Amino acid sequence: MTAPTKKPPVETQADLSAEIAKIEADSEGRNVRQPLLDYPPYRSSILRHPTKDPRHADPETIELWSPCFGHSDVDPLEADLTIAGSNEPIGERITVSGRVLDGEGRPVRNQLVEIWQSNSAGRYIHKHEQHPAPLDPNFTGVGRCLTDDEGRYRFQTIKPGPYPWGNHINAWRPAHIHFSLFGRAFTQRLITQMYFPSDPLFALDPIYQSITSQQARDALVATYDHDLSTPGYSMGYSWDIVLTGPSRTWTEPEEGDL
Amino acid sequence: MSTPAKNSQSPTPGQTIGPFFGYALPYEGDADLVPPGSPGSIRLHGWVYDGAGNPIPDALIEIWQTDAEGNVPQAEGSLHRDGWTFTGWGRAATDLNGHYTFSTVLPGASEKGKAPSAAPSFGVTVFARGLLDKLHTRIYLPEHAANAGDPLLVSLSEDERATLVATADATGLRFDIHLQGDRETTFLTYR
Repeated sequence: MTAPTKKPPVETQADLSAEIAKIEADSEGRNVRQPLLDYPPYRSSILRHPTKDPRHADPETIELWSPCFGHSDVDPLEADLTIAGSNEPIGERITVSGRVLDGEGRPVRNQLVEIWQSNSAGRYIHKHEQHPAPLDPNFTGVGRCLTDDEGRYRFQTIKPGPYPWGNHINAWRPAHIHFSLFGRAFTQRLITQMYFPSDPLFALDPIYQSITSQQARDALVATYDHDLSTPGYSMGYSWDIVLTGPSRTWTEPEEGDL
Repeated sequence: MSTPAKNSQSPTPGQTIGPFFGYALPYEGDADLVPPGSPGSIRLHGWVYDGAGNPIPDALIEIWQTDAEGNVPQAEGSLHRDGWTFTGWGRAATDLNGHYTFSTVLPGASEKGKAPSAAPSFGVTVFARGLLDKLHTRIYLPEHAANAGDPLLVSLSEDERATLVATADATGLRFDIHLQGDRETTFLTYR
């Protein structure tokens, strides 16, 4: 079997949507919160998913802790993606904010959040991304911040655009922002994608649909939050993130808090 | 030791890292937990493969480990390395040959381990285009005396165990990761 991404796709969206619908029907009633790693409609997953179930392990001490990031690691200006160039980036200016929580609803404090995204035309600054949409010299699409004592993060950016990809004929990704998160323990490490409300591409997208529970998929969609909108300046979206997995005993205040 | 995992909040699902993280997540010094070639340093490296045995050029590997004495590092500075502070965490994207490389030290055994008989290991997370969620695994040290009593290693078949133990080479350790196939790496979930 050769790598499926190296051949031009022959399947249409209708073919893909039929595959998506069948898997969703087959998994109905099973409350699977995480994406299926074996999800053939996402063609690149075919040779890149483990075939064996993961082994259950008791976490080692080191796995119950997370790496520590601090003010020497992240400049507060890195949370504003609109100031990279000498001019304003093109697009709809947005604020994205929310809280990072553990499985019991407690804030994940002083922890690193990294994001990356396309520009408003759906183009990433990446040499392998060559579709004919413009780059924006005033937008790199990369940001970082540390959560505060309430677990809150906040980014100033522009709304990313949908973009085409090679999974099948006429494949388009819904607009999204990639998020990389660290929890209170290494077991809680997460990389995911935040989407925008009511995107018409949701039903067509095999990456989003690899999560077969609608309720779980909804957890990746931000909410328009008018209280986060800044008059005359930007639109607000709020999105909370829950990181589960075993961790150390909770202490208040947490060790290492400044 | 660990909090009872009541998990009243539903976890946020993962999604693939996708193809375009290369300009966002890697950074200068990301894979150098200690300066390469410094006293006591080792190279920890390997190749990441798909189920057809092809190398994966768009994977991201992260490690998290104790220092040489077995202490859990809690120093900041992973994103701006000063060359002196051991933060215990590093990140390496694979190159066009599917190869990753870290410069680090051998982890010491943790005295305060949840499992007191646990052998020293590197904690590992694996991300890649085509991989819809993170994977966890561990890298154990070759021919370490404590391996014989490690609760995870003893629970595995010989073939599975072999996928988690690095091999020694001239500059340190080699550890290949197979996402699929006959030599599929043993991946972990935590209870």
